[in-house]
Amino acid sequence: MKTVVKYLYGFRDWIDARFPLTKQWNEHLAKYYAPKNFNFWYFFGSLALVVLVIQIVTGIWLTMNYKPAADLAFASVEYIMRDVEWGWWIRYMHSTGSSAFFIVIYLHMYRGMLYGSYKQPRELLWVFGMFIYLLLMAEAFFGYLLPWGQMSYWGAQVIISLFAAVPVVGDELALWIRGDFVVSDVTLNRFFAFHVIALPLLICGLVVAHILALHEVGSNNPDGVEIKNNKGADGIPLDGIPFHPYYTVKDIVATVVFLIIFAAVVFFAPEMGGYFLEHANFVPADPLKTPDHIAPVWYFTPFYAILRAVPNQLGGVVAMGMATTLFFFLPWLDRSPVKSIRYRGWKYKTALAAFTVSFLVLGWLGMQASTVTYTWMSRFFATVYFLFFLLMPYYTSTDNDKIVPDRVNYP
Amino acid sequence: MNDDGINKNRRRFLTTTATVIGGMGAVAATVPFISTLTPSARAKAIGAPIEVDIGDLGPGERKIVKWQGKPIWILRRSEQSLATLAELGEIVRDPDSMVEQQPAYAKNEHRSLKPEYLIVIGLCTHLGCSPSYVPADDEHELGDDWKGGFFCVCHGSRFDLAGRVYKGVPAPTNLVVPPHQYLSNTRILIGDDSELS
Repeated sequence: MKTVVKYLYGFRDWIDARFPLTKQWNEHLAKYYAPKNFNFWYFFGSLALVVLVIQIVTGIWLTMNYKPAADLAFASVEYIMRDVEWGWWIRYMHSTGSSAFFIVIYLHMYRGMLYGSYKQPRELLWVFGMFIYLLLMAEAFFGYLLPWGQMSYWGAQVIISLFAAVPVVGDELALWIRGDFVVSDVTLNRFFAFHVIALPLLICGLVVAHILALHEVGSNNPDGVEIKNNKGADGIPLDGIPFHPYYTVKDIVATVVFLIIFAAVVFFAPEMGGYFLEHANFVPADPLKTPDHIAPVWYFTPFYAILRAVPNQLGGVVAMGMATTLFFFLPWLDRSPVKSIRYRGWKYKTALAAFTVSFLVLGWLGMQASTVTYTWMSRFFATVYFLFFLLMPYYTSTDNDKIVPDRVNYP
Repeated sequence: MNDDGINKNRRRFLTTTATVIGGMGAVAATVPFISTLTPSARAKAIGAPIEVDIGDLGPGERKIVKWQGKPIWILRRSEQSLATLAELGEIVRDPDSMVEQQPAYAKNEHRSLKPEYLIVIGLCTHLGCSPSYVPADDEHELGDDWKGGFFCVCHGSRFDLAGRVYKGVPAPTNLVVPPHQYLSNTRILIGDDSELS
């Protein structure tokens, strides 16, 4: 036994002389000091990584049987569902994974808004994260065309037409994106390329940048206290604990709980009543007929409601674009000296509550067929949504913030 | 200028020119990458004209055919429904078809060659859904003064029986009239109007 261990250490030293294995392990895990007061909101970063892995692995397996051609795609998905051994499981893992990805990412972003994690010195970390979010939306959109069902087809038709609203070059731009005069085999084939190669590569690269930026500045925490300001004689933050083993163990428990829920959905409710897999998508694409009710998948509906609320084509597209990109500017819109919601005054708390309600109601409205009442509701809540961002410099700089303690609260 | 026999000016010149020339090459290489995304020769060729027999269309009936991958509607309008077009002048956004969404020969109140037949591309000018045909006497929730026309379920745009867009809906312009011509009283050619010009 002793000799085996000796040889293993020897092998490690051999690698360390040629590749910074131990150095990286220490920098990012064993000697990366994270605040000791993390709560459950801090699970979602690791869970996002878990879902990313699920999506990549199941995605690779799906490509083994999927055919990216207009006349074969729909049938090849049905083939995966019915004839390929365990094919249904691989596909349901992937389709449930896409919804799970957005649930986890939305909670992860909301954590940042609760505890001011985007504030100085974490602006770039937040911006990288926002780019990941935008790419994730593009990835989901490209992937949604691949089954070539009615929702795939008309969803792609509507979203590509958004670009046609751009003044002057709009029509040319939409034509260039489609590569054809309508959404066709050409479009499907290139969306496949974007979905399986281009965007996953970019997303993985940005995830690495996101984690590097995090480990450079250190994690924020529910108190919004910079633990690096209080270091012991050994140079280690007094409120910090090594990520490994303390948080790796905690995250494994979170992963187990997450996978239990995830598996329950995959096995018992993979369509989630039409929210995860829309009913109209079980009909093959028909370029001559739009389904009676078309709505995007749930994770896009808040933005879709905003698009519909504006009675002008270009205006709607601009509003929708702003609704997603305003998040980028949070680090500079927020003028409060305080990070965490725990020490903020009533103004930010009220604003965040109003924003939360608006986002959820808009999400619901985006799933409904448009009526006059719903359109006015969308306009109201879209206004609240935008005011949250646009008035932020005012209400955060005049808020009655509380005094932030020097050290984190740890029960 | 000259340390230890190294000519720094020459070195800087060589570095700069190599970077600029190399950079130009890299920029030039984006041309094929961007160009391959435009429609291929095959995609362009599929736009060939199609012949349609309209002899079997009764008044108020609509036929859908596919041209360039898009739905083309051929609607035979009755005398009464043609009469409603004049009444809608105030309600539609562009009653005289000033925006070029049609060939010159369809720039009239009924937006067609023959008043009886409307031929349009059945895609909403808002975001490209295919609207539903809702005749006035069908069951609908579009209000009592609905004269018949097209309703887009995606975002609620409305068009009259000449494909003219209503005011106050998301779609900005009238439905597009494709180039077409009559080969005989019951046959039309969609995608080609060479005999007319």
